[in-house]
Amino acid sequence: MRQRRILPGFGLSMGITLCYVAVIVALPIGALVFKAASLGPEDYWRIVTSARALASYRVTVLSAAAATAFNLVFGLALAWALVRYQFPGRRLIDAMVDLPFALPTAVAGIALTTVFASNGWFGSFLASMNIKVVYTPLGIMVAMAFTSLPFIVRTVQPVLEDLDPALEEAAQSLGSSDLNIFRRVILPLLTPALLAGTSLAFARSLGEFGAIIFIAGNQPMETEITALLAFIRLEEYDYPAAAAIASVMLFAAFVMLAVTNYLQARALRYTAR
Amino acid sequence: MKITLDNVVKTFDTFRAVHGVSLEIESGELLALLGPSGSGKTTILRMVAGLEFPDSGRILFGDVDATDIPVRERGVGFVFQHYALFPHMTVAENIAFGMKVSKVRRSRAEIDARVNQLLQLVKLPGLGNRFPSQISGGQRQRVALARALAVDPKVLLLDEPFGALDANVRRDLRRWLREIHQELGITTIFVTHDQEEALDLADRVVILDQGKIAQMGTPRDVCRNPNSAFVTRFLGDANRFSGVSSNGRVTVAGVEVATAAIPDGPAEMYVRPTDLIWSREGQGVPVRITRVLDRADGRRILAETEDGTHIEIDADVDLDVEAGQRGFVQVKRANVYGAGA
Amino acid sequence: MTSRKPPRVGDSPTFRRFLIAFVLIVGTLLIAAPLAVIFAQAFSKGWPTFASTIAHPDTRHAIFLTVVTALIAVPINTVFGIAAAWALTKFDFRGKRLLTILIELPFSISPIVAGVAYLFVYGLQGLFGPLLQSADIKILFALPGIVLASMFVTAPFVARELIPLMQAQGRDLEEAATSLGASGWRTFFYVTLPNIRWAMLYGIVLCNARLMGEFGAVSVVSGNIRGQTNTLPLHIELLYHDYQTVGAFAAASILTVLALVTIVAKVLLERQGAGRHHGSALAGPVAVSQDTTR
Repeated sequence: MRQRRILPGFGLSMGITLCYVAVIVALPIGALVFKAASLGPEDYWRIVTSARALASYRVTVLSAAAATAFNLVFGLALAWALVRYQFPGRRLIDAMVDLPFALPTAVAGIALTTVFASNGWFGSFLASMNIKVVYTPLGIMVAMAFTSLPFIVRTVQPVLEDLDPALEEAAQSLGSSDLNIFRRVILPLLTPALLAGTSLAFARSLGEFGAIIFIAGNQPMETEITALLAFIRLEEYDYPAAAAIASVMLFAAFVMLAVTNYLQARALRYTAR
Repeated sequence: MKITLDNVVKTFDTFRAVHGVSLEIESGELLALLGPSGSGKTTILRMVAGLEFPDSGRILFGDVDATDIPVRERGVGFVFQHYALFPHMTVAENIAFGMKVSKVRRSRAEIDARVNQLLQLVKLPGLGNRFPSQISGGQRQRVALARALAVDPKVLLLDEPFGALDANVRRDLRRWLREIHQELGITTIFVTHDQEEALDLADRVVILDQGKIAQMGTPRDVCRNPNSAFVTRFLGDANRFSGVSSNGRVTVAGVEVATAAIPDGPAEMYVRPTDLIWSREGQGVPVRITRVLDRADGRRILAETEDGTHIEIDADVDLDVEAGQRGFVQVKRANVYGAGA
Repeated sequence: MTSRKPPRVGDSPTFRRFLIAFVLIVGTLLIAAPLAVIFAQAFSKGWPTFASTIAHPDTRHAIFLTVVTALIAVPINTVFGIAAAWALTKFDFRGKRLLTILIELPFSISPIVAGVAYLFVYGLQGLFGPLLQSADIKILFALPGIVLASMFVTAPFVARELIPLMQAQGRDLEEAATSLGASGWRTFFYVTLPNIRWAMLYGIVLCNARLMGEFGAVSVVSGNIRGQTNTLPLHIELLYHDYQTVGAFAAASILTVLALVTIVAKVLLERQGAGRHHGSALAGPVAVSQDTTR
């Protein structure tokens, strides 16, 4: 079969794309996997299941889960308010939802630490109630919640905007209460987007580094996240351990990517074409 | 320019869109490629344009083998189904685009003059400064045509030219396209799924079915002598009767109704609603009226034969019938094909 | 006259007020307060202190390095984004899905993992380390390493804006231009580019913001050499850990202004129609459908 292209530029555009993807993306990932694989199964297993590593997984996963759960509630409320209500400052808030994406994570880290420090604006108030945020897992959660806030808002918002008012009207005409309409009509329609946003937010929280290290205190076994452990192993020149731990994070990222892909494909289920 | 397609084949992935089509289009002819969706008509048009390459076969422009000439150098004017007007350019800039990118250098004044002349031709003088989003669908269609004509193409190709327009606009544009073709005498091929459009407009119609030519000929040829059940049904409403053919006579529902030169055995007979004659008594196939539809130009009787076949009969406005009545239909004219043809 | 409409779900005044109050309070706590504290701290010792911190040679060098990195990486990234979008949307070929996933991959990977991965390519323990050292080429702990790591974390930004848009626009315009005799470059610059410029700019703005603020990946590959390989975010960390809080926040305020400018630019570009072809906001895969039947 003759394979010819109608539009010009296939060779050039494909060449640039493949070069970039190969050198910038595939090569380093391949090198990391290669390095981790060259460890041998016993060494590898010993490193990734060491007590300190396991503690770091626990802190990271639990904090990410808590932050994501908070964002699930707050993100849905925020999206709802932005789409359904008119109030002063609505557009400003709508724009500022993107701040956590636009603000460098290191800047977010020192700002959050300062605000929540025991002598900070909120920290001093919380300290009077005996709640400590900075240098505790709660601080990690706050940093994760901040950096992953936009994901759920921005996935739910468009779905909520496109929701046909006729669906609610139909439910009302059938005699349903508001709470029932929300539970049985609106929420099921939002669920795919909520799930997709949740998985994105969770994945982001698992990999977050910059915002967390300032607020976390970084006590091994207590407030040390996995990303930091990999970084510390590097600084100790323990390259095999760094490679092994980084490969665990890479694996988690692939799993989350697959989950997100699946959930987003499902999110398109109700989209009529 | 005479265009010749010689045994052209095109396959997409595993789906075969065009099976060995051979076709000659005379210089100055206006030809319609007519068929249902998936019949390969657009693929054929795009291959003539150079927007697809055939897997095998040849396409000749005059005596020149154009099969391997890329679309950029083929010198065709292509009017896209959704016009593909450049949204960021004015109407005049759209029309001038082909001249500006041409290897033939033209002065600004020359280009402007040609644009104005084309705007006159497509009856849109004074709209040159509008953007495509600021004009109506019918006007966009005409801009697309002017843009295609600006480069003096050897052949004009139109993909469903009126597909996206209202019925009234369609009818006007059809007449107008015919006039332009008369005026310019350029070889033109257009694709449509609308048989009325093809029959109204074209010198010759090519009817396609599943990537093959089912029939080609003048509108009169194909209407009067459809060569298959597919063509008959595709060209317009037709009642289908199954019957038996023996000794050159066809019997339907026990009544001998037509003569046709087909082999003995089961046969299918197609009759247009206007070719059935209704009578309260007398000869013919006995039927019972189920409904009568009234239309501006006549009445249509929906009826059922004794074996349960639904038929439709066109009758005069004055005919006084109503649902429930029984009567007979006679066949004035029919096309008979061996079953499975 | 005002037209009265029956209330929709959640329109009762009590619920409405409660929800708006909740959103405003949490929004203030989580977004406005950190933003305010940056400027409050930066100017806590007055303008002269702020100015002298910014004017410090190390800070100026960090700004310089950050800008140079962006000036190299963003244009390359843009060219890549355009090329990838052109290849993926104007042609049909095998492996399209895989290529799309590879382009999107950096969004899913922690910057720390990216930094570690680069170490194992160009570092002494890495694939090319010994080779590079014998040739006396310095990639890690130098500008090239910073640029490469930045390019990794920002790889998908421009491409992901362009791919869905160009997918939706189809190939008709380019085919029309080509059928009228236009060359490939001509078609791109006169027909394609004017219709994707806002989306492209949108991608560039987001790419630049992320790139100038990147911390994790760069901190692994830069080596944190003060006055040499410290980008602005790394310099902030350094000052902060040196207990130079005002200095850290002064430097942070520069990046914060950049973030705010980015948000304004984003809003303005969205009014031009950019950023609309997203399934989700700033991450997630791009659906590439294969259009084969015609």
